[in-house]
Amino acid sequence: MQTEQPSSFSFTSENLDKANWHIAKYPEGRQQSAVMPLLDLAQRQNGGWIPQAAIEVIADMLDMASIRVYEVATFYTMYNLSPVGEHFVQVCTNLPCWLRGSDQVMDACKKVTGCGNGETSADGKFTVLEVECLGACVNAPMMQIGDDYYEDLDSASTEAILNALKAGETPKVGSQAGRHTCEPAGGITSLTDRYPDRAAKSGGDD
Amino acid sequence: MLADKDRIFTNIYGFDSPWLDGAKARGDWDNTKKLIEMGRDKIVDEMKESGLRGRGGAGFPTGVKWSFMPKEIGDRPHYLVINADEGEPGTCKDREIMRSEPHKLIEGALVASFAMGAHAAYCYVRGEFHHEIASLQKAVDEAYEAGLIGDDACGTGWKFDFYVHSGAGAYICGEETSLIESLEGKKGQPRLKPPFPAGVGVWGCPTTVNNVESIAVAPTILRRGADWFSGIGRPNNVGTKLFNISGHVNQPCTVEEEMGIPLKELIEKHAGGVRGGWDNLLAIIPGGASVPILPKSICDTVLMDFDSLREVRSGLGTAAIMVMDQSTDVIKAIARLSAFYKHESCGQCTPCREGTGWMSRVMQRMVTGNAHVDEIDTLEEVTRQVEGHTICALGDAAAWPIQGLIRHFRPEMEKRILDFQARSQAAE
Repeated sequence: MQTEQPSSFSFTSENLDKANWHIAKYPEGRQQSAVMPLLDLAQRQNGGWIPQAAIEVIADMLDMASIRVYEVATFYTMYNLSPVGEHFVQVCTNLPCWLRGSDQVMDACKKVTGCGNGETSADGKFTVLEVECLGACVNAPMMQIGDDYYEDLDSASTEAILNALKAGETPKVGSQAGRHTCEPAGGITSLTDRYPDRAAKSGGDD
Repeated sequence: MLADKDRIFTNIYGFDSPWLDGAKARGDWDNTKKLIEMGRDKIVDEMKESGLRGRGGAGFPTGVKWSFMPKEIGDRPHYLVINADEGEPGTCKDREIMRSEPHKLIEGALVASFAMGAHAAYCYVRGEFHHEIASLQKAVDEAYEAGLIGDDACGTGWKFDFYVHSGAGAYICGEETSLIESLEGKKGQPRLKPPFPAGVGVWGCPTTVNNVESIAVAPTILRRGADWFSGIGRPNNVGTKLFNISGHVNQPCTVEEEMGIPLKELIEKHAGGVRGGWDNLLAIIPGGASVPILPKSICDTVLMDFDSLREVRSGLGTAAIMVMDQSTDVIKAIARLSAFYKHESCGQCTPCREGTGWMSRVMQRMVTGNAHVDEIDTLEEVTRQVEGHTICALGDAAAWPIQGLIRHFRPEMEKRILDFQARSQAAE
């Protein structure tokens, strides 16, 4: 856990409303179920990491022992217990991404941000981390920055995205190779009755 | 080859609107009341007759699973929990359902919940799917607004609530009892079974956990009839299935096809073939990271379904196909998966906690060849000691890829070791 901790934490009124909306999803007396969404809210409010004080606040709100909240905060990888860069770059290096060049994506991250795996840039702009499968395997290789997926990457597109973020611009999310979602790049081979204009030039349904 | 008229997910690529108007135009929510009026028993029977096997990996018959729930609703409410914690490497099908066909999932949840006496469904979505969670929530809001779910769902008098719950990055929560623990606000560590969730599930209540795809196909099966669904594919391996084709193919994609389609046909028809041609193929992992790898000789003819793949000592799993061409260092590929299982072991059972770390470290040495040939046997032996000796299947899942590697690529491993030894001796 981070050694320098803020002395207190409280949810903004907007986040308090969101917290109560989450708590209301679960049966009476089962408010502990809301611990994960509340930790997420606290992390977002606090610029990407969860301070000790927020764990205490959430424990009080949900009538839990704070060690139980801490246990959850340490078990799941999406909770950060120390600060991360403004742009949290998570590169999938699991098998489908590795097969299609995630090593080059990591190299491109290092080139633009100066960060290797697990490092944060001196200006606090970027943290780069290798992560496990993010569930976008037919759009490999891919990385997640903040909440957004950037897919069908190569060295050039990875550099372009990171440079855009560096310059304060907003790069296009999703496929960087012009695909809509998960369809074959050369045109569709199924559902051609519905979308004849999108059919692949050869092959496809009879 | 599946005809377009038999495809369930007609908006899987998201070319049309995922929202209520678009969904209704595609036939979702079309007289759902009539489906509900079939009654609990008839719905469960129809699902059993359809032959649908769970789409999350294990392939357990969905209708049979639904029938395990208590017939009468007692003191404890019943729950449907939908497993959208999609994290099996290679797998990215439920994501497409949630962002492009969310209403199929919500309608399926209503029908399934009714059939099991549940007034509420919780959909547990992996936290990284931030935008998919937002899409699903928007569709849920639309469904409430239109009276399709809520106090009087579709005018049937059945009260039904649908809640979206987000996870926070833990592969293990795809295991159903671990998912239940997580939904209760705890660390996601699997529970011993029995008791099974249908008896004691979330918050101690009868619960059924189903995969997203299993639930999303239910309304179409009920509308078109069990005979239609069971008429597609091969006996005991029926219906349509979303396949994810990734790795060394010319055009990676997701596609809905019939169960039992030949693996080669699937790749050549939809994924543009193997990079460099079929003869450039080295091996394929046919069902997500957990199932054993298959060399080209088996891939030439194998059919993509539960029983065919089991016969060749692999599995359909989630139908996530990872293709590796001849340029692949196959030992390194499997070592990457071993590192994954080490990272994702929840630490509860000793054989898995210690075994995944041990296997991963040895696999790293196998990559460089810094090992003795008889260590391959030791490695194999350790996988057998992990397999079947843990509460959940993660231990098995960590063991199987290594067993598959040794079964089919042992000469490659031996050569790597002998080359390393030769280089070391030359250096001395």
